[in-house]
Amino acid sequence: MSGLGRVLAAEPLVDWSWVGDHTDDIWANFWEHLQLTALAVGIGFVIALAMALIAVRWRAAYGPLAAFCAALYSVPSLALFAILLPFVGLGFDNALIALTGYTLLILLRNIVTGLDGVPPAVREAADGMGYERWRRVLRVDLPLATPGIVAGLRIATVTAIGLVTVTALVGEGGFGRFINDGLSRQFSTPIVLGAVLSVALAIACDVMFVLLERLLVPWARVGAPGDPGRRHLVRWSWHRRTADA
Amino acid sequence: MPDIVRDMWDYLTSDAAWTGNRGLPALTWAHVKLSLVAVVVAGVLAIPPAVVLGHVRRGALLAVSVVNLGRAIPTFAIIVLIFPFSLRWGFGLGYWPTLIALVFLSIPPIFINTYTGVREAPADALEAARGMGMRGHQIVREVEVPVAWPLIITGLRISAVQVVATATLGALVGYRNLGTPIVQGFTQTNKGPLLAAAIAVVLLALLTDAVFAWAERRLVPWRRPAGRQADVTITAPQAATA
Repeated sequence: MSGLGRVLAAEPLVDWSWVGDHTDDIWANFWEHLQLTALAVGIGFVIALAMALIAVRWRAAYGPLAAFCAALYSVPSLALFAILLPFVGLGFDNALIALTGYTLLILLRNIVTGLDGVPPAVREAADGMGYERWRRVLRVDLPLATPGIVAGLRIATVTAIGLVTVTALVGEGGFGRFINDGLSRQFSTPIVLGAVLSVALAIACDVMFVLLERLLVPWARVGAPGDPGRRHLVRWSWHRRTADA
Repeated sequence: MPDIVRDMWDYLTSDAAWTGNRGLPALTWAHVKLSLVAVVVAGVLAIPPAVVLGHVRRGALLAVSVVNLGRAIPTFAIIVLIFPFSLRWGFGLGYWPTLIALVFLSIPPIFINTYTGVREAPADALEAARGMGMRGHQIVREVEVPVAWPLIITGLRISAVQVVATATLGALVGYRNLGTPIVQGFTQTNKGPLLAAAIAVVLLALLTDAVFAWAERRLVPWRRPAGRQADVTITAPQAATA
């Protein structure tokens, strides 16, 4: 290990000609990073939405479902890859299952919080207009829960991007491949490149979701800046006040 | 599948698992030591400014930014980014890059929870304190901080669980802890140590959570108002807050 230290300390931090020679790799890893992230968040969203609908219909189910997701969330990523190893081996399946597992808690909580935030008056009005239960959930409750849901997708996406980097250890990894390569070859350029690119991707996606949020729910721009949860709360309290008046 | 379980059993019943600086006890101790230092340093760095900002009721934007930034930056990336600098500036492998990254990681939950707790101290309690003639620093010490305790401990708990989980990654930059058998195991045929260490890390994370849950109950015998906790879990749903 001390050999690694000496080599890394001696060379320049970033060898730009190496970066220039590897633009193809950068693209390939970029797409892989995005693909894994999108698949994990997409599959996670479908599962979390199903769980949220169950939790809304049968309230007693929410506690156990949330506890299950929380337990999954608290498992360290390296340990989860290792524990999945006997069942699915190394590689894509392992990475995807672990990544999806980490998105569940975030998405479930945000969808349920969003659905709970729908004002009872609105629900009653929809019921009074003759909406059937599930049609009301689809046409009224879910659209009104959009801010919370988008906030959940945003956190889940950013979390997944960070974790994709770690999946390099099970043979996937997107930009994490650079880091793994650099660590094993004792070469700092790919380490720095992989780290900087994954941070940049995370921040870019974060900003993108903020913009998406504004686009989808233009009426919700009240309250503290940059805080979807707070905005959500402020919005409904404002609603209630005007309804009372 | 039975193969890997048998490998683990063989490993756990061998001397190698329990003795020397590569045995599970030594690795666990290294893991706990690093995590403890990281959370203490983060607490020292995060709590005082959060208390001051919460007391003067300023800096909401800063608080939100700290949380968002903490969420957006992948810890693994921080560890490996700090790594080359650490070598250059003579801090060496392993310990320092991991510690610095873990401190960064654990500041946001502690900061935001302390800030929220102090800032949202009940108005009537503050009024009563002022009516009793308390001055600014007395209000901080005797009203705002005690009232914020439950949230501060929750923040420490979220941080500690994350730190224990993430410290595992320190193995990649040469800090020998419970992550080391996992990282080495991915490329070895004998997956016994890998599985044993993975299970040990999970148990350690759960134990950390349980210790803080216990501390929460011991130190804060009165019940935590439900509304305030919900506010924090929406902005930072990062760990198991049972």
